[in-house]
Amino acid sequence: MFDVISFIPRAVVQGIPLLLGSTGETLTEKSGNLNLGIPGIMYVGAISGVIGSFFYEQSTASGGFNPFTGILIPFVCCLIGSLLMGLLYCFLTVTLRANQNVTGLALTTFGVGFGNFFGGSLIKLSGSELPSIILSSTSYAFRSSLPVAEKLGVFGKLFLSYGFLAYLAVVIALVASYILKRTRLGLHLRAVGESPNTADAAGINVARHKYMATCIGAMIAGLGGLYYVMDYASGVWSNNAFGDRGWLAIALVIFTVWRPNIGVLASFLFGGLYIVHMYIPSGMNLAVKELYKMAPYVVTIIVLVLTSMRNKRENQPPASLGLPYFREER
Amino acid sequence: MNKRTREPLFHVVKRAALPWYATWGIRGGALLAALIVCGVITSLVTGENPLQVFAAIWKGSFGTVRKLWVLLQNIAMLLCVSLAVTPAFRMRCWNLGGEGQALAGALAAAACMICLRDKLPNGLIILLMIVTSILAGALWAGIPAFFKARFNTNETLFTLMMNYVATQLVAYYCVVWESPKGSGNIGVINPNTQIGWFPQIGSYKYLLNIIIVAVVCLAMYVYLNYSKHGYELAVVGESERTARYVGIKVDRVIIRTMLLSGAICGLAGLLLVGSTHHTLTPTIVEGRGFTAVMVSWLAKFNPIWMILTSFLLVFLGRGASEIATKFALNSSFGDILTGIILFFIIGSEFFINYQLKFRSKAGKEDK
Repeated sequence: MFDVISFIPRAVVQGIPLLLGSTGETLTEKSGNLNLGIPGIMYVGAISGVIGSFFYEQSTASGGFNPFTGILIPFVCCLIGSLLMGLLYCFLTVTLRANQNVTGLALTTFGVGFGNFFGGSLIKLSGSELPSIILSSTSYAFRSSLPVAEKLGVFGKLFLSYGFLAYLAVVIALVASYILKRTRLGLHLRAVGESPNTADAAGINVARHKYMATCIGAMIAGLGGLYYVMDYASGVWSNNAFGDRGWLAIALVIFTVWRPNIGVLASFLFGGLYIVHMYIPSGMNLAVKELYKMAPYVVTIIVLVLTSMRNKRENQPPASLGLPYFREER
Repeated sequence: MNKRTREPLFHVVKRAALPWYATWGIRGGALLAALIVCGVITSLVTGENPLQVFAAIWKGSFGTVRKLWVLLQNIAMLLCVSLAVTPAFRMRCWNLGGEGQALAGALAAAACMICLRDKLPNGLIILLMIVTSILAGALWAGIPAFFKARFNTNETLFTLMMNYVATQLVAYYCVVWESPKGSGNIGVINPNTQIGWFPQIGSYKYLLNIIIVAVVCLAMYVYLNYSKHGYELAVVGESERTARYVGIKVDRVIIRTMLLSGAICGLAGLLLVGSTHHTLTPTIVEGRGFTAVMVSWLAKFNPIWMILTSFLLVFLGRGASEIATKFALNSSFGDILTGIILFFIIGSEFFINYQLKFRSKAGKEDK
């Protein structure tokens, strides 16, 4: 009735974009920047990758598609696109000290519009009948998994059947967790997020740390968008298909109490919650499925409330989250 | 940022308060610069004369009488949600849940229209709609407020999550109440009997909304500036410790203000269902809960200036969609233009609050 073996891999591929998004957002928030532009950045990351691979596929339409270049071009385009978004956010909030909530929401408006506009333009350019772009060869390169995966049965299906970005996402999350917790750089970053005044007095360059964390965070989040298009959606871009996953990634940050290593499993849980409505037999009652989709958000709220009730100091949001830093202000 | 000389090329200092004409001059300059950039981008994309593009933006809002009414209606609804979130913002409590609170209000109003239509007289239903939707909006804001006041739970993230809970709840009821069966949406509620529809003033469909929102706007201005409550929440926003010291009950102020915030959002939802669309969809609020944050912030949380800023955002949005249809572009082009304009205005705030001091008698200070 409930097919666990087919459910888990699908939950994982649902979870990977969330994992990348939340790892990026965790880094950003640890530096004291509440970047609500993550949904927009993930859109921009996705569409930049799509634009890159679209032109590469067009230029090699007659043959000569090299899978390695096919991966490299969208990958680099995605990083550049999301880096620019991150820089824009930093320039406005760190250098110009603008309000972070407002800047983030504007960035989301812009990013989603940017994605849908260029997506729509490319669809028109490709002259296709369908309202989507299909990048099958690039997606094939992104999705190719180890050849032994098929032979290993259940084990292979559960652990080895994913494209390389999925493993990269897990590695990034673990590395981010290590850096935040165990290195001097991470200590400085956390100091900037908790109390920029103190950090500044200790000789840590607050602006540089904020820029660095937010831009790297934006690039990681952008990869989440790329993974969604190239791997999960099999290289099919259609407007607004990405949906509210960006917000779910922000929810995941809270759910994991700002720890990317917990995020690895938590993102798969969220991915599972996101699709569990397809697996639970609800008969003809379609309405209940909508209630199941509520689950990730309700769970996040419960975690948010519980952590604030228990009031353990290591589980709190960074103390200066959302506040701009100006040295001459007390 | 700058070269490591003994003294940096310039440094940033906080400005004393500028006269109002200077602040609005800077904002106007930023807006003008943003419009020029937008015009250049649009003409690059479409190959049209930028002046024609601006003419199209103008026509999108003022082209016909009908468009003018739609413009006014959209301003009124956006202003209503913006007014709702403002008291919370003055208290430095980031209520990003306007979307969910308005949806909760809309859901309550639609529930009254659907479930009570054969049981009660029309007047009583309308009365119940008003009461329940305001209560529903207040409840949706009250839950995060309670935890904020009691346990200091982060209200930005809490209200953000409540938006999606509300969206899914509405999506659930859209399937439950679907008509015709199997369509997955509700359609116009009570199209023949018009039970629960708010009365029209003359032949102007939107006039009632506009009047209600105008009254709310004035009331909010008075509440924030001339009432004890308004003063208390401003003190809580400036410094919670000071507030506690002078004997303001901070918990109560937080909960009271958020309840008010949610109640007005509920009112916005009520107007959308009862008086405008007569239907319910998960996207009925159209992201106004988020746009309202920008409207309120751009106006520096002043209800009267908010009329102007909400006009600006609605005008740009409608103009951009006009460009999109006229030059056969994707309708998302409007979002890009809105985003660019917002970036400019957000950036310009820096020059209002801070000034650059150049190293010894540098002459080209142009801010």
